[in-house]
Order: sequence, then structure tokens, then C-alpha cells
Amino acid sequence: MKIDSTRPKAHAPVVAGMPAADTPPSPLEINGLTVSYGDTPAVNDVSVAFRSGAMTAIIGPNGAGKSTLLKSALGIVAPLSGQVTCWGRPLARQRHRIAYVPQRAAIDWEFPARALDVVLMGMYRELGLLRRVRAPHLARAMSCLARVGMEDFADRQIGRLSGGQQQRVFLARALAQGADLYMLDEPLAGVDAATERAIIAVLKQIVAEGGTVIAVHHDLATVPGYFDRVFLMNAHAIAEGPVATAFSRENLDLAYGGRLAPDPAGAAGARDAL
Amino acid sequence: MAGVWRRTRPGQRARAMLSEALFLQLGYNATLVTIGAALLGVAAGVTGVFLVLGKRALVSDAVSHATLPGIGLAFIAMVMAGGDGRALPGLLLGAAASAGVGLLGVSWLTRRTRLGEDAAIGAVLSVFFGAGVVLLTVIQTMTAGRQAGLETFLLGSTAGMLRSDALVIALAGALVLGLVLALRRPMTLAAFDPDFAIAQGLNVRRIELAAMGLAMAITVIGLKIVGLILIVALLIIPPVAARFWSDRVDHVLALSGLFGGISGYGGAALSATAPGLPTGPLIVLLAFAIFALSLLAAPRRGVLATLMRRRRAGAPGAGGR
Amino acid sequence: MGAEFVALSLPPILIGTLAAIACALPGNFLLLRRQALIGDAISHVVLPGIVLAFLVTGLVAAWPMMLGAGAAALVSVLLIETIRRLGRIEPGAAMGVVFTTMFAAGVLLLEQSDTSGVHLDVQHALYGNLESLIWLEATGWDSLWDAQALAALPPELPRIALTLLVVAGAVLLFWRPLVLSTFDEGFARTLGLPVRAIGVGLVGLAAMAAVAAFDAVGSIIVIAMFICPPAAARLMTDRLGAQIWWSIGFAILSAVLGYMLAGYGPLWLGGAHALSAAGMIACISGVILLLAALFGPCRAPAGLRRG
Repeated sequence: MKIDSTRPKAHAPVVAGMPAADTPPSPLEINGLTVSYGDTPAVNDVSVAFRSGAMTAIIGPNGAGKSTLLKSALGIVAPLSGQVTCWGRPLARQRHRIAYVPQRAAIDWEFPARALDVVLMGMYRELGLLRRVRAPHLARAMSCLARVGMEDFADRQIGRLSGGQQQRVFLARALAQGADLYMLDEPLAGVDAATERAIIAVLKQIVAEGGTVIAVHHDLATVPGYFDRVFLMNAHAIAEGPVATAFSRENLDLAYGGRLAPDPAGAAGARDAL
Repeated sequence: MAGVWRRTRPGQRARAMLSEALFLQLGYNATLVTIGAALLGVAAGVTGVFLVLGKRALVSDAVSHATLPGIGLAFIAMVMAGGDGRALPGLLLGAAASAGVGLLGVSWLTRRTRLGEDAAIGAVLSVFFGAGVVLLTVIQTMTAGRQAGLETFLLGSTAGMLRSDALVIALAGALVLGLVLALRRPMTLAAFDPDFAIAQGLNVRRIELAAMGLAMAITVIGLKIVGLILIVALLIIPPVAARFWSDRVDHVLALSGLFGGISGYGGAALSATAPGLPTGPLIVLLAFAIFALSLLAAPRRGVLATLMRRRRAGAPGAGGR
Repeated sequence: MGAEFVALSLPPILIGTLAAIACALPGNFLLLRRQALIGDAISHVVLPGIVLAFLVTGLVAAWPMMLGAGAAALVSVLLIETIRRLGRIEPGAAMGVVFTTMFAAGVLLLEQSDTSGVHLDVQHALYGNLESLIWLEATGWDSLWDAQALAALPPELPRIALTLLVVAGAVLLFWRPLVLSTFDEGFARTLGLPVRAIGVGLVGLAAMAAVAAFDAVGSIIVIAMFICPPAAARLMTDRLGAQIWWSIGFAILSAVLGYMLAGYGPLWLGGAHALSAAGMIACISGVILLLAALFGPCRAPAGLRRG
């Protein structure tokens, strides 16, 4: 399954099976993407096309470049080379259809903003520089908070929420963007069980309504329960496909270098799941 | 622009003066100042390493500006006690006291409020400096026309430095240097990884306070020669420059002391060669020259070395960005 | 409080107040971005800027000097950024290297150049001369409606008023992108906001406020007003809008109270000479910050509050 980057069609995306003629264009197609911090490439010539209307997990060992892949696909980190297209068009034209939920951190939790203010930031594209925030905007922001079960905390300063609650507020901000593609970086890392359930329920609802979800995920045991498809990587792309076929022992060995998983419990879970 | 350099001596004579100055042949006073500045530079360079490693370089800026009200108060107190008011030890003691209060202020604001250290530094720096300026105007009215000359502490002034002044500076500098060297292990640990240091049973807060206290001592000692606005340069620039040349703390310490010493020595010697060449700025500019050289030419971490490595690696996309 | 007040105290109070607000506004965002010390750096490098402007033009005029100071501020920010990246040095140290060096160069240039005939010295750059900005043509409050008298107002007043207008207008217009990119730069980037340009724009705005304010009141007030009113406001509220208003209130309070105390305080105490207004304004802003740190409703850091 390992991509042979020397073949003539080097940048052909990895998709399990030939896509049918009527398959909708991929919401995120990455071609020959290479990103490097210093001398070693974090993402090495990765090509992949994510399936529309699916919930895909990006998995791989620590330092496999999963977060970097998301960030460079979104233009947050500049790649050395490679192209990214969304629904067959350049990213810049499609930004309004994409919502990104970063991994925790990189935020000043003391910032003077309430949960509601954070969600309203998701509507920037509508509000622009000067349009006033009116009742319909507020109502939509509140309904986004309600979808993640946070409507009672709208007035709370974000630093005064628990880690899981903060994560849910940021998911609500993404919902407020009204996007078609949701990209999440480890949305379930370090959150409580209630938050994990709430987040998964919201993500499944997004997919049920026709949206696409791509999430970096670290817990192999929960991959089959939560996701439709997986993309395995370890700096280079290894495989992309439905969980039933791509989430195989062979691919996991390729990704994790034979030791399967960093975490024995997860590894056992993965084996059981197969 | 010609007028700018009008005072510069014809080249030959200047060169002769410079070599005389560098070899300490410019007379007793200039020699004293030069040796004092060199010692100050060594002590500051070594002390500053721990500030820079602990990412707290600019705390010293707050501390140095916070000396001004202490200088003013000490002057007023000494005049009221019937003294001269300009005695250096008294002024330095006052400077140290108010710098200490400023240092505690920064740490109190950072720990007890949600403000970041940068805000605490800026607040203490500006408010203490403002208070010092108010006190200077109070002193102007007290002395009624007679110059107290406290403004010289802003930029330093080596003119009319007494032998006793130079001795105070040299001795205090040597003392600080000794203390820094004695405490270098715990200070390295605390600066590099505070959590690990705590796990090792070290009192990190006290060690950090000691490091800052030593930096404060340097600030106070340096007031006379470099002045309170520029003294932080001696604490920051040599360590940053030294860091380029080595990854080992003991080497960085030695190099930083060397760079600081060269800057102090060279700056003081240069300034003795002509009027209108203030000591403090010259010391800072020399230190910066060493920094610039290190930034460009240091092996491994320098810009040139990085560029060459990148070219040699020949990564396909290396030129792409 | 009649003619004398209007002629001697009103203009400096107004200029001080407008300068304080112009600095406090961008200061709020610098504070939230942990770039509070940019203001410190900018106000140090103003000196070489004005000295160079003087050497090039040979004039002690406001516009060339403001241009020089503005250019120096931009150069310093670029240098800090370059050194930080090239040398992989932490921002604080990079800043320390750059502003001390530029200040030293400014002092050396000043000493080397023949400025004996003009009023250009380090002290003036540091504490300005707010007290000298008087309005001699004023004969009383009526002069405020007298076009001829108004024309003789110190030129610093319209300059700083214009600056404040531009700064406030820019903050208002770009409020949302500013807040967004300050709060969550990564998110702002996914929205396609020009995060870099916003950051540079903010620093440019701060530099503009600093240079105009410096021209009127000296460096101390500039640093103090960049940091103290926003910092105190930060401890009063968890809402950004409210924080801005608090900081403006604190800036006004510092400027007015500071000037009055410096000017009239010694007289009330029986002294004869006024104290440094710039220094006193900085002191008052410090007292306000101290009170906010002791009693402000939102003073505690998150760690203490949650635990």
C-alpha cells in the first residue's frame, strides 16, 4: 500500500478503489505535499483525497506529521511544495466552506472574551468589519452552543471553563461558521467522557446532514466506533480507505513501524476491533 | 553630514591615541575607568547568561529604570542629613533599595494578578522612572540652581570619576562575579527546567530571586559608567552573542564574560581618546558589533553556517521558500 | 481658574490627555498579544530617529523629526523580527539587543553632532516638556470661541488630536479582525485574514501614537500610557469592550490628575516650583494600576481563581 513516489503519476491521490464517476469532488485533495521544520520533513510528499460526506480519522504515531498536515492544508504552515484543492478549486476560494478546530493551547485563556463572543467570532465572514451583531446572529450563536451542550455557559469567560467545556465552545465556533468541511486536530485529546460523547454526537450529526469531517485522532481503540474511514500516515502517506479495509494490521504495522501502537491498550483494542 | 564628524582628530593621531588607550597609557584616571569598565563587563556578561537562559532578559530593564527614584531619595536623605548628597556609595545603596522594590513589584504583579510579565515589566519601568523624574525636579528646587548632577546616572559619565568610585565598582563587580560563579549550577538548573529543579528539591523561587538580585547588583554598579538606560545591554547582548558559539553552559558563561569584558575595556578606552565619545554608548555598540559577528559567522548556529548547511543538504524545496 | 488656567494649564492637560488615550488604545491590544514591551522599544528608538532626522535636514521641525522617529520605530521592529528569526533568539532578548543598541547609537550621534545651538538633548527626549505647551493668546474661556486665538494654539494640540482620530478610527474600523487575530491567530488565518499585516498594522499604529505623543510629552508618558491604563483595565473586567473604556478612563484620569498634582501640588504644599508633569502622570497611572491590582474585581490569575 506504500506509495511509490517514483512512478509517473506520482501525485495521484491514494483512494481505495477507483472512485465512481458520480462521486462528488473531494472536499480536500492534497497532492505531493511536503512540509519541513528545519532539516527533516514532517510531512513527506503526501497525496490523499478525502471522501466527501465521510468522517475520516487521520492516525499515525506521535510526530507523524498529522497536525502539520492539517495546518499546511489550511495554509497555517507554509509547505515546501505541493498543492491543495478543495472541491476541485484552490483553497483560497473555498475557505468560507471550511472550519478548523485546533488542538488546545496556543490561546491566551485569560483573554477577555465570553463563550458567546468566541462563537460569534465564527461568523466573521458574515459580519465583516462593521455589520452589527443582531438578534438572529445571537440566536444562531446560542443554538450552536446548545448543540454542544454549552448554552448555560454563554456568559462565562473562556478561562473559567473546564478543558472539555473549552473544547466544546471551539467546536461551537466551528459550527457557527456553517462550513461544509470540518477539520479537527485531536478533538478528543484530554477531554472528559461527557465532552467526548457530545463532540462525537455533533460530528456524526454534521456528517448525517451531508458535511465532511476530518479529525486527527490518537485513540486506535475508538476508531471503528467513531469513524467511517481512516487515513494512516507516518510523514509519508500509507493508506486511505474505509475502516473495514484500510484499518488493517498490515497498514498499522507500516504506520507504527511494527510496534503497532505507542499505547498497549489502544493496540489491543485495535486488534480486537479487527 | 561633514559637520557631524568635525571633532574627529586626523587619523594618525587618533590611532596613536587609541593604541595608547588600549594599552592603558592615557593617564591614571582613564586607566582606572578602563579597568573598572572591563571588570563590570565581565561580571555583567556572566550574570546575564542566567537571565537570558531563563528568558527573563527584560526584567533587568525594569530593574535598572527602577533605580532612579532610589538615587533621588538617597540624595535628598543625604542632603537632609547635612551631607554632600553626591557620595557614590550612598546613591548606589538608594539605587539598590528602589531597584529591589521594583523587582519585587514585577514578581508580585506577575504572580498575584493575571498580567503577564511583559506588562509587569513595562509598568514598573515607566512608573518608577516617572517617580524618579519627579524626584529630580524636587531636587532641582531643593538645590536652587546648584547642579546635583544626578542626570549623569541616566547615561553614565566617567568624567570626574574618583579613585574611590572606581574601587567601589571594581570590588563590587568582583564580588558579584564570585557569587555568580559559586551559584552557577543551581541557577543553570532553575533557568533551564524549573520543574525539574523543583523535583530535585531546589527552591527555584529563591534561586531565581538570587539571579535577579545579582543582575540588580550589576545594574547598580554599572550606573556610574554605563547609565541606567543602557546597562541592560551589558546584561543581554554578551550572553546572546555567546550563545551562538556553544551549547554548553560553562562555555557560554566564559565567552559571555569575555565578550562583556572586551566591550567594557574597548568602549572605555575608545571614549578616552576623544571628547564627545560617551563611554556607555560605545560599550553597547562594541557589544553589538560582537553580537552581529556572532550572528553571522558563528559555526553551526550562525546565519552563514545555516545557509551553507541548507545549500549542501540540497533539499529539493530548500530554495522554494 | 480663569484666564491663567486656560492659557497655561488647559492646553497641556488636553495634549496630555489626548496623547494618553492615543497610546492606551493600541496598548490594549499589545497587552493582550504579550507585546507590551514593543511600546518600550519604540520609545527608546525614537531618539536615534529624531537625531538622524535633524542631521539630514538640519532642522528642529516637527514633521521631519516625526518622520525620522517613525522610520526608526519601523526599522527597530524589523530588526527585532529579523534577529529573532535568524538567530532563533527569544523575543525579549532580541528586543533588548536592538533597542539598547539603537539608543546608544542615538546618544553617540547626538554627542558627535553639533547640536549646541538647538534644543535637542536626551533629557528632553525622555521627559518631554508638557509644561511649555502654553497658549499665550488666550484671555479666558471665551478664547475657545475666538478663531484668532485658536489659531495660536500650540501646534502639538491639533497634531495629537489628529493622531488620536486616526488611531481610534483604525481601531474601530478593524475591531473584529484585530480581536480575532489577537485572540486566535491560527483561526484568523483559516478565515483568510491577513494576520501578518494586522500585526504589522497594529505596531505601526502604536508607533504612530508613540511618535506623535512623544513629540508632545516625551518617552516616559508614552511607555506608561501604553501599559498602565490597559493593564489596570484588564484587572477590572472580562469583557474586551469594557476593558477599552476602562483604559480610556484611566488614561484621562492619569493625565488630568497627574498634571494638576505636578503643577499645583507643590503650591498647595507651600513649594514654589512645579514638578515634572510627565513623571507625575506616569506615577498616577502606576497608582491606579496598584489599586486595580489590589482591588480590581478580575485581578486574580486563572490558576488562583479556579483553584
